Amino acid sequence: MENPDILDKPSDGKSDGRDWVAALTQSSQSPKAAARGLSPKPAPPHLELYEKRKSVHTKRIDGPFRRFKWFVMLVTLTIYYVTPWLRWDRGPFAPDQAVLIDLAHRRFYMFDIEIWPHEFYFVAGMLIMAGIGLFLVTSAVGRAWCGYACPQTVWTDLFQHVDRFFDGDRNARMRLDKAPWGPGKIARRGSKWTVYLLISMVTGGAWILYFADAPTLFVDFFTGQADFVAYATVAILTGTTFWLGGFMREQVCIYMCPWPRIQAAMLDEKSLIVTYKDWRGEERGSLKKAEREPNRYGDCIDCKECVSVCPTGIDIREGQQIGCITCALCIDACDRVMKDIGRPRGLIDYATLEQCEAESSGEPAQPAWKALLRPRTFIYVGVWGAIGVSMLFALGTRIHTDITVSPDRNPPYMLMKDGSVRNSYTLRLRNMEARPREMEIALVGLPEGAKMWTDTIGLDAAEPRQTVEVPANETKIVRAYIVIPKGTSAEEFSFQLTSLDEQTEQDAQETTFAMPGDF
Amino acid sequence: MSDQQKSDIDEATGTEFVGHEWDGIEELNTPLPRWWLWTFYATIAWSLVYVVLYPAWPLVSSATQGVLGWSSRGELAKDIQSAEASRQEVFDQIAAIELANLPDNPALMQQAVAGGAAAFKVNCVQCHGAGAAGYKEYGYPNLNDDDWIWGGDLNEIEYTLNHGIRWDGSDETRLAYMPAFEDIFDRDQVDALANHVLSLSAKAESSAAGAELYAQNCAACHQPNGAGDPIQGAPALNDAIWLYGGDIANIRQQIKAPRHGVMPGWQNRLDPVTIKMLAAYVHSRGGGEEIEAPADVVAETDTQEIASAAEAGGDGKS
Repeated sequence: MENPDILDKPSDGKSDGRDWVAALTQSSQSPKAAARGLSPKPAPPHLELYEKRKSVHTKRIDGPFRRFKWFVMLVTLTIYYVTPWLRWDRGPFAPDQAVLIDLAHRRFYMFDIEIWPHEFYFVAGMLIMAGIGLFLVTSAVGRAWCGYACPQTVWTDLFQHVDRFFDGDRNARMRLDKAPWGPGKIARRGSKWTVYLLISMVTGGAWILYFADAPTLFVDFFTGQADFVAYATVAILTGTTFWLGGFMREQVCIYMCPWPRIQAAMLDEKSLIVTYKDWRGEERGSLKKAEREPNRYGDCIDCKECVSVCPTGIDIREGQQIGCITCALCIDACDRVMKDIGRPRGLIDYATLEQCEAESSGEPAQPAWKALLRPRTFIYVGVWGAIGVSMLFALGTRIHTDITVSPDRNPPYMLMKDGSVRNSYTLRLRNMEARPREMEIALVGLPEGAKMWTDTIGLDAAEPRQTVEVPANETKIVRAYIVIPKGTSAEEFSFQLTSLDEQTEQDAQETTFAMPGDF
Repeated sequence: MSDQQKSDIDEATGTEFVGHEWDGIEELNTPLPRWWLWTFYATIAWSLVYVVLYPAWPLVSSATQGVLGWSSRGELAKDIQSAEASRQEVFDQIAAIELANLPDNPALMQQAVAGGAAAFKVNCVQCHGAGAAGYKEYGYPNLNDDDWIWGGDLNEIEYTLNHGIRWDGSDETRLAYMPAFEDIFDRDQVDALANHVLSLSAKAESSAAGAELYAQNCAACHQPNGAGDPIQGAPALNDAIWLYGGDIANIRQQIKAPRHGVMPGWQNRLDPVTIKMLAAYVHSRGGGEEIEAPADVVAETDTQEIASAAEAGGDGKS
């Protein structure tokens, strides 16, 4: 998008001795501007109903952003492939896999943290943090997720390096694309696609290792003993990785993914994005042309390096667009060219739209990090941090003993032979420690003589308090019968659960005792 | 944007406008990616395959069957079959174990109680209620309490389940009839007797006449102290639980013209494992009694064995 406001703004300052006013005036006569009606309309191009994908062949580039991308790729891929193999000793009653999503037993293990289904609010909190984190990152640094960390970006990048390894750099690959199929091309394509497939299989294979004990599943998988679901999952993920990473690539970003649309709506004029400074670059002209007419041409020499390194194959000089994932490789490319020809870097650079406008009217450039210092960023950081800290607090102070009580409603009470009244309850005793624990159930608030027995502790052993052993890492369901003597009555009371170990954790739940008069 | 309204081509993208405009926002005639078209063709191809393989075209009374012969009803039958197969092992274990020994195996007991609860919902709730609390109005007994007319240990419950009570379908059914005293006692005698019955649980004052009538006519079955006799099916009269109600009017009526409930036996309608599981479930409702060692066994075995047997029974007490 060429912003007319930027182009038409009168410039009264000169930042580096160049005649920007002249440059801006000239730029309004560029072919692009002509399309707005300043010159005769060109004939409409022949439009196809369906558009064939134009292959993107990225050129090798080196620079700070490319190195950052290498770094992020190394970290993310390492995390993804290695994590399931990390071991973490939790004793004999819990799995020793550091990160494990145990769907069968409904547990999520992450190092020292173990999440039970009733603690799903931790997961909900993490999702809320992810949401606010998206607001934060997008409002501050634009589509940084798309550019560096998105799996589609990381695997596409990886596959493009495979392309380069087998077929050479951009020009060689374009030549090979056009070349007729022969033994050489078949061999190259075959070996390349084999490597694609191997990467895809490793990728799909790593996924399932998060859901079961990795070494066991690994052996089972290759000896044909794994569950059908495991094979199906690996097959599907291998297929999608192969297809989306090997062939669809930027088509996913441009046509399939909703993220660019959502993120585009969250950006504002104060967000850092990758921008081409058209007020400095236009009108484009080669070095020779610029030598002949020094005042006419801007800094852009139209070498198209920014286009040839772009993983989505766009021209950043056309302005902000849905295809730009802000990976900043065009910044690396342009900076190198500018260095070679002795012009200042940053013709394409991370900048805010507001900053671009200010610079185009002659104000000095500001360091990019200053764009981060604004209330919106701080509010997001504050909210994000507050949720994180409160969740950590909840995690750190939670107890690993829990009781829930549900009284029998049919019948609500039972009259016994001797005139005493019995109520029945279903208790769920949770032992969230990875070892069996003795726990004491006590009755608080019932009249003298109240006794309790359970489905495993007989009536002859009925007492006001009972000790049960709750297995490691489990919820024990206990049916408790409570009887209060003839002539007494009760309403509200609590079951109190105390772990009989050095932790002596205590949890209680209030419930009611139903009497014949109540109904 | 007035320029663009006239123009056919969007300057930024070089794409044609379709000619629709909403508040200055115009629709571009952007071509679809070609792979999208191929995806569309692929879905059509898949639908053709699907129509051949699976039930698809609706006909008058059913639909085309599909080559694979798949149906959702068949899927259900398969699921039920596999669920039954997975339960078979537990069924076999329950079939093999003596009911009296079931409480010694808590895990199996738990399975039996769960299975019994399911069978109870199908076969028993019609009279005894979903919570097994019975209906006093009709004399359907409550199975949660600790009062058992015919005995409340696992074996007695199983016997009742098999043969029923006053059920003409079994020769071994629980049979007990209390005579009607309507034509034998006069009004005052019925009153005196009813008051004596209530006095057994300290709810009324007895009288010499009432006590004498009770001793002569009732104590043989209901016992002198009113404790009842499960062997004869004579209910206890000295506790807080009354099958048909414990007020004087109900007791008077029961003396004059007793009501007798009937329970069908299930031995021919349910398999032995289900009946065992039902017995375990009813026993587990909170009032089940322990199996007592019969007197003749006491005579024959030494005390240590009795102690261990009693202990075993005690462990499994629900």
